[in-house]
Amino acid sequence: MSDSKTVDSVERSAQYRDWLIRERRSRWTIRGAQFSIFVICITLWEVLPRTQIINPLFTSYPSAIWPTFVSMLSATPQQASILAHTWATVSATIVGFTAAMVIGIAIAAALWWWSALYKVLDPYLVVANAMPKTAFVPILYVWLGATLSIYGMSLAISLFITVLMIYSGFQGIDPNKIKLAQTFGATKAQLLTKVVLPGSIPTLIATLKVNAGLSLVGVVVGEFESANLGLGYLIQYGSQIFKMNIVMAAVTVLAVVSSAMYLAISRLEIAVMRRR
Amino acid sequence: MATPDAVPKVELRNVGLRYFGLEGETEALKDVSLSVNAGEFLAIIGPSGCGKSTLLSLISGIVKPTEGSVLVDGTRVVGPNSKIGYMLQQDYLFEWRTVLQNTVLGAEIQGLPKQQATERAIGLLKRYGLAEFLHHLPRQLSGGMRQRVALARTLCTEPDVVLLDEPFSALDSQTRLALADEITGILRREAKTVILVTHDIGEAISMAERVVVMSRRPGRIKSDHAIRFVSEDAATLTPLAARGRQEFNDYFSTLWQELDINVGL
Repeated sequence: MSDSKTVDSVERSAQYRDWLIRERRSRWTIRGAQFSIFVICITLWEVLPRTQIINPLFTSYPSAIWPTFVSMLSATPQQASILAHTWATVSATIVGFTAAMVIGIAIAAALWWWSALYKVLDPYLVVANAMPKTAFVPILYVWLGATLSIYGMSLAISLFITVLMIYSGFQGIDPNKIKLAQTFGATKAQLLTKVVLPGSIPTLIATLKVNAGLSLVGVVVGEFESANLGLGYLIQYGSQIFKMNIVMAAVTVLAVVSSAMYLAISRLEIAVMRRR
Repeated sequence: MATPDAVPKVELRNVGLRYFGLEGETEALKDVSLSVNAGEFLAIIGPSGCGKSTLLSLISGIVKPTEGSVLVDGTRVVGPNSKIGYMLQQDYLFEWRTVLQNTVLGAEIQGLPKQQATERAIGLLKRYGLAEFLHHLPRQLSGGMRQRVALARTLCTEPDVVLLDEPFSALDSQTRLALADEITGILRREAKTVILVTHDIGEAISMAERVVVMSRRPGRIKSDHAIRFVSEDAATLTPLAARGRQEFNDYFSTLWQELDINVGL
């Protein structure tokens, strides 16, 4: 390996140099195309309403969002700061996916421990997962009240898929690794803590990726109905008084929040996978 | 009991095993009786699917026989036992544990004192040329090194009996021969009782002092052969050197015929 490295640094063949240039060029072409799509969309969003091709009342435009956002930073007697709204949504989402992970792992572990329990519950889990959970927003509002129903919605949307994903991860553990632990006389609890759980870390991270996104959906949908705080509430409020500036500002913040969440989980994934 | 020597280290008495499935019952082993003395190196060969690996699972206690009984040191086996070390066909090292952490796995499960287990593991790994790799992850090791870690993991719990289930089948042929030499040397030096299961006749003859041939399913013991190399250095003869002896070829053709008859049945 070190040999080929020194050869590289001393002299690169003409073909290799060409290949490197082509490789770099194609990477930049992809970046450029990605950036262009973004610019084109933003430009159309700005230009079409301004030239009255589409009604600005319906779409607002990007240049109006920033001033709206800045004005919303300060709280008024009627309205909290947009930062408070954002924090309400973010904190509810964190609570939501953390609860979904903890409860999901516990349920998946119980299903793994008692395989008969899984066989009994399997059809119910599949149906519960397939159900359109947003239909339950009004019901949860009645049952749990304004605040708890948001967490309830977040959990309702993310929990079932979390259980199913983690359980299938547990099932995917190489049976020979379990056999190996058994040859040393491992108890069932030891199989869980020393083989099944640590072996499922990649599955847990994949599940976290899915359920963080779903929890955010659950929180926003829950806020549509019941809250007086949060980005979901802000979107609902803005559309009711027909101020698309507010709606679009809230949606933009939501886009930033979900990107940040995705990046954070990717970082976690890289950090964990380096250990394996 | 008379003298300790009279009790075989491992004994199978009329052992039978049947598997149950919705499509019917499968008889894997039928009336297997076998006894292995302390310090003996036994190899079991047979056609694939004859239940030879199952035999090891029975001795290790992770599978219970449907008929007969398995005894270790004269005591009936009812579950996994710390006197027995079992090396599976592949290393099955845990990719999330370092080499050292993998090595102490068995000791950890059996609740042995951590400090001593770690010291023993380090000693074993050093002896197997893995001193520099204690804190490496399994994916950074070659196949032969991984198998040596698996051996260290097996011996770290200090078993009297070591069960080897085709321990070299996942390795390339050079590594296989070298590792067979190495592992045979280690196990003989430590005077372990060894039961090796293999489909490789050459491996059986070169490593073991006794070879048992099994028939096709349902597995029964077909024949039992003592392997003796007539020479002054017989005690120190390595498996690789044994392959060059005339006796090796004689045993090979005998065992080949034994197996061939079974295959042709």
